[in-house]
Formats: sequence, structure tokens, C-alpha cells
Amino acid sequence: MKKNLIRAFCAMTLATFAFAGPTKVGFVTDVGGIDDKSFNQGTWEGVKAFGKENKLKEGKEIKYLQSTAEADYVPNLSTLADENLDLIIASGFLFENAMIEVGGKYPKQKFLIIDSVVKDKAGKTLPNVANAVFAEHEGSFLVGVAAGLKAKADKKNAVGFVGGMKFALIEKFEAGFQQGVKAVFPDCKVLVDYAGSFGDPGKGQALAAKQYGAGAYVVFHAAGGTGNGVIKEAKERTQKGDVRWAIGVDKDQFSDGVYTPGKSAVLTSMMKRVDVAAHDVAVMTRDGKFPGGQVLTFSLKNKGVGIPAHNPNLSADILKKVAEFETKIASGKLAVSEIPAK
Amino acid sequence: MAKSRSALVVPSIAILLGFALGAAVLLATGRSPIDMFYAMLQSVSGKNLRADTFNPRYIGEFIVQSMPIMLTGLSVGFAFRTGLFNIGAEGQLMVGSIAAVAVGLWVQAPPVIHVLLVLLAAMLAGGLWGAIPGFLKARFNVHEVVVTIMLNYVALYLNNWAIVSIFKSVDRIKTEVIPATALLKSSALAALTNGSRLNWGFVPVLLSILVYWFLIEKTTFGYSLRAVGFNKDGALYAGMKVNRSIVSSMIIAGVFAGLAGAVITVGTFSFGRALPAAEGYGFDGIAVALVGGNAAIGVFLSGLLFGMLKAAQPLMQSQGIPKDIASIIQASIVLFIAMKYGIEYLMKKIRMRKPPVAVEEVES
Repeated sequence: MKKNLIRAFCAMTLATFAFAGPTKVGFVTDVGGIDDKSFNQGTWEGVKAFGKENKLKEGKEIKYLQSTAEADYVPNLSTLADENLDLIIASGFLFENAMIEVGGKYPKQKFLIIDSVVKDKAGKTLPNVANAVFAEHEGSFLVGVAAGLKAKADKKNAVGFVGGMKFALIEKFEAGFQQGVKAVFPDCKVLVDYAGSFGDPGKGQALAAKQYGAGAYVVFHAAGGTGNGVIKEAKERTQKGDVRWAIGVDKDQFSDGVYTPGKSAVLTSMMKRVDVAAHDVAVMTRDGKFPGGQVLTFSLKNKGVGIPAHNPNLSADILKKVAEFETKIASGKLAVSEIPAK
Repeated sequence: MAKSRSALVVPSIAILLGFALGAAVLLATGRSPIDMFYAMLQSVSGKNLRADTFNPRYIGEFIVQSMPIMLTGLSVGFAFRTGLFNIGAEGQLMVGSIAAVAVGLWVQAPPVIHVLLVLLAAMLAGGLWGAIPGFLKARFNVHEVVVTIMLNYVALYLNNWAIVSIFKSVDRIKTEVIPATALLKSSALAALTNGSRLNWGFVPVLLSILVYWFLIEKTTFGYSLRAVGFNKDGALYAGMKVNRSIVSSMIIAGVFAGLAGAVITVGTFSFGRALPAAEGYGFDGIAVALVGGNAAIGVFLSGLLFGMLKAAQPLMQSQGIPKDIASIIQASIVLFIAMKYGIEYLMKKIRMRKPPVAVEEVES
């Protein structure tokens, strides 16, 4: 009897220990790298915020692995899974296949994929993989409103959109942006180009030059590294006295557009709060509420997308108008289409 | 004899110096080089000495990482032997991959034959892609470096266009899965290595190394290629068909790289992929060829070395060692190889300091 009591006691302490242990989180970047000023960096900031709140040691309890090529995704995810972390995060739809493979191989390991929904051959989500997606079209609508109003205020009649690669996900940005512009400035032209690459700033700059040359006053990019060329072109033109604006994506890119201290060519940014997604799912995992197999949508309603808190380049009028649209969309009064108008 | 010895000694010294530099950078930034060496050991042996665990998955992944860069190494090395600098292995690899996807998806054939057709198609496509700069060089004396670099971009966008427009990718980033008859994948090899992506790709890779050795060292064709690489004018004077050598050398270089494309697409993966940017296999091939001294066995060994540096990435990063360290090691090895004459000179100096008695002993 006594022995049993001691055993029970030991088991209890062990259990508490297991529960009280730190929630270890690992993150695998895509080929963009951890300091891509975009997706990977954003996700890692979310993980770091979670680490800070829970006093986790960077490099031990929270860590990241960078990928050099797509062939690295599977070994990187597998290596972290071998270490029995509590949650492994991959950001980017490029991870889809790797996640299906590794998720199936390690059924007890909890995974989160950001920006994609992973399904097996039967079309079912994996029970050990949580999926986080964003309502990019809603956030893009807001920056479209800002771009349209800015063009109207300065008596211009065209804006532009530069996408990375042309597929459904990036078209959501295009669609939302178009509708936002048209909602406030129906006569405004919206130029659209796709670079065919997310890693080619030179191409981005060439496309931006083409659109600015054709009269675009504001260009919104959803093109990752390629988009850095768009911002560069806006900076260079503005510096020469030909004022043009760029709109950033994923993160607040204001600082990337700075050409003289305090002045930036980035009008505003369409933020995709991958950090919120990473952080929130880590918290759920810690609390034993890991949303495996579920699809979580981060939209205007739960502040998963939107514009930055500070927008020095937007006038109070424009901000007011943007806020109006934000409440309309968040409350469901205004529906934004995910498919671009042709 | 002395020459072949220095062909081994110089790269060995360069490699040691490269690792020493990597370790020094780690020390200088307050990290432990021991962690790095443990990670490297684990990536090739599967053995984690600290935790005393053994996971053969790492061995499998190590081989998987080594295979394509050995082939691109052969590609660069082969052209180099003819005095050509093939920067286009990357592009040749991509068109090889396109051809592999096409035959994989569109042709129906029994298991072994199908995969052989896939490999052949990839080699053919790579060879054709390599023929373009070869022809332009031979006919119009256009520098192959310029042409191959540009063709890399053409191949990248051709690939991305083909994935969407020809293979009708639904999500625009990858094709549907290629049927199992066309894949190099093997569940037995995967099971043997605890679920790694190890596949039959190592068979064509090893055969390629043999073919490379045989062509270069044992045939008159290889001899004339080497002669062209050694002295173009001399070879011409000796009555060799220099222009034909240039074209055939680039074709064969392309064949090796094209095969690498197939090994990646139907071995490591099982579908065609649109690429956001070039993946660097061609550039790794340059490093592999340089360190391997453009010799078959050298390319094999340096392919293993750079494959190890790639395969150790996840383990090293997990120990808090930035991925840039591996790049530093890789780059500095190449740099030290380029300092070949400096190293040889230093070696000679050191040898000369030895007492003359020792020399006599060697001679007797």
C-alpha cells in the first residue's frame, strides 16, 4: 500500500514535470532565409515573442533551421522531429509536399503550416498538422483604398500591382487591391504585372519602372524579394524629384523605403501577421489545445491581416476612410472577392 | 608520381585549412567547433556520439545530397578538361528535369524501362542544352561563360513556364505526381535508412563517374579533348578537330547535368517543380569539380565532402551554428585550392629545410 502510494506520488510529480516543461518550438524557413524582411522573419518574430513570454532559450528551446534549396525541407523538418520538439512550424505553401511527407512519417509530432492547407491523397487534413491561412484579399483591399485615395488626392489616375508568381494565392492580393482602389476611385487604372519569381529584385525594379513610366503613382507589390526592387525604384524616383510610392507586403516595410532620414517611399504595407499565427498556435500548443487538422483563418476580424499601426505617409482623412472599410469588412457587411476582375 | 601526390596533397591541405577557418570563425563568435564536428560526423555516420543514438536516416540524406552535385561536378569538370568553363550546369540540370517530367508523365512503360527512358530523356535534353554554347563557341567564338549564364535564366523561366503551361499545374508550383514506374524511389532503400529519401539515383551517379573516368583517361577521344584543353593551338596544329571537341565536350557536360536534373526530380522529389530561383546545384558543381581536380575519383570524393556539408546543415543549425559557416568552409576550400601554387611553393620550402640525409634515404 505504502509502495503504491509512493509510486503514485512519483508518477504525479513526473506528470507535473512533463507538463511544466518548456514548450519547445522549432521553425524551418524556406529558401528566402531567416532575414528575408518578410515571411520567414515574421514567423520567427512570432516564435521569439512566444519564447520571451515563456522565458525560452533561443537556440535550445526555440530554434530555426534555414533551407538553401527545396530539397532541404524534408531533412530540416525531420531533424527537428527527431529532437521531439513540441511544435514545428513551416511557413509558406512551398512546404506543402514536404509537410505531407514528414507529417505522415512522424504522426506524434505536432506541426503548423502557415499560409497553406495540407491535405493527404484522400483530401483530408492531417490530424497532427495545424493549418493557418490568411484573408490576404481583405488586407489588400485596405491598401487598395489607401492607394486609390492617395492617387485621387494628388490628381493621378493610375496605380499598379506587381506579383511574384501568378497563382491563386498571389491573385488574392491582386483581387483585393483592385477592389479597394475601385471602391474609392472607380476611374483609376490598375496596372498588373507578374515577375515570375520571388527572388529577383532586378526584375521587380524593371517592372516597377515600366508601371511608373506608364503613369502609376502607387505600386503595391506581393513579390517577396522581387518586391525589394519595386521599393528601390520608388525610392530612386522620389529622390530625383519624381514622387512615386510603393506599398509593402507581409511586414511593415516602411524602413525599407527610407531615402533620407525620416522619409520613406513606402506608403503603407499590407501586413500578413504570420507572427500572430505562429505565436497563437504556440500558445494553444502550450495550453494543450493544439488545433491539429484544423484550418485557422487569420483575417481583418482577428487582426491577422491589415495595415501597420503607424502610417506616417497617410493623411488623417485617408486613415479614417481605411478604418471605415476595415470595420465594414471585419463585421461582414462588405465582402471582398478573392478572384481578380478581368 | 610526384605530380599525382601533389594532386592529393594540395586539396587535402586546402580542405584542412577550410575547416580550420570555419572552426576559427566559430571560436571567434563564441560557438563551439566541437559541435560542428559532431554534427558532421552524425550526418555521415548516423551516429550521435553525445546521445549515443544511431539514426541511419542521416546516412541516406547524406547520399541524397551528394548525388546531384557529383553529377554537376562531372559536368563542370568534363568541360574544364577541354578548357571550357561550364557555368551552365544549373540550366542543363533544369532542362533535364523538364524532360524527365515530360517522359515521366506522358509516356507509359513497364517499371524499369520507364525510369530508364526518363533518365535518357533528361540526358538528351541536358546534352542539347549544352550543345548550344558549344556550337556558338566553336562556330562564332562566343564565350561559353556568357552564353551558359544566360541560358541558365532561359532554362529557369522555361521550366516555370512549362510547369504551368505544358504540364498544366493546378497550383502553379508543382506538377501532378509522376507515376511510380518512372521514379527512382525505393521503399526498401528508404526502410533501410529509417525513412530517408535514399533512392536508386546512386546507380546512374556511380556509372557516370566510371564513364567519365573511362572517356577522359582511356579513350583517344578523351585524349584529344584533354589536348584541346591543354593547348588549343597546339592541338589544332597536331591535326585535331578542335571545334568538334568543343561541341562534343559541352554536349557531354550537359548530359551529366541533365542526368542530375532527373535524379532530383524523380529521385529526391516525385513531381516537377516551378522554381522561385536557381537552386545552386550548378555552382556547387563548380566547387566540386575544382576541389576534385576535374578527375573522376576526385569529383566523387569532393562530391561526398560537399554533400556532407549540405547534409550536416540541419544538425549544425540545430546546434546554433549558422548555415553561413558551411558556406564559409566551402568558399575557403575553393579559395585555398586556387592558391595551389602558393601551397606547392610552401611545401617545397619546407621540404628543402630537411637534412640532405633524408633525401638520400628516399633515393636509395
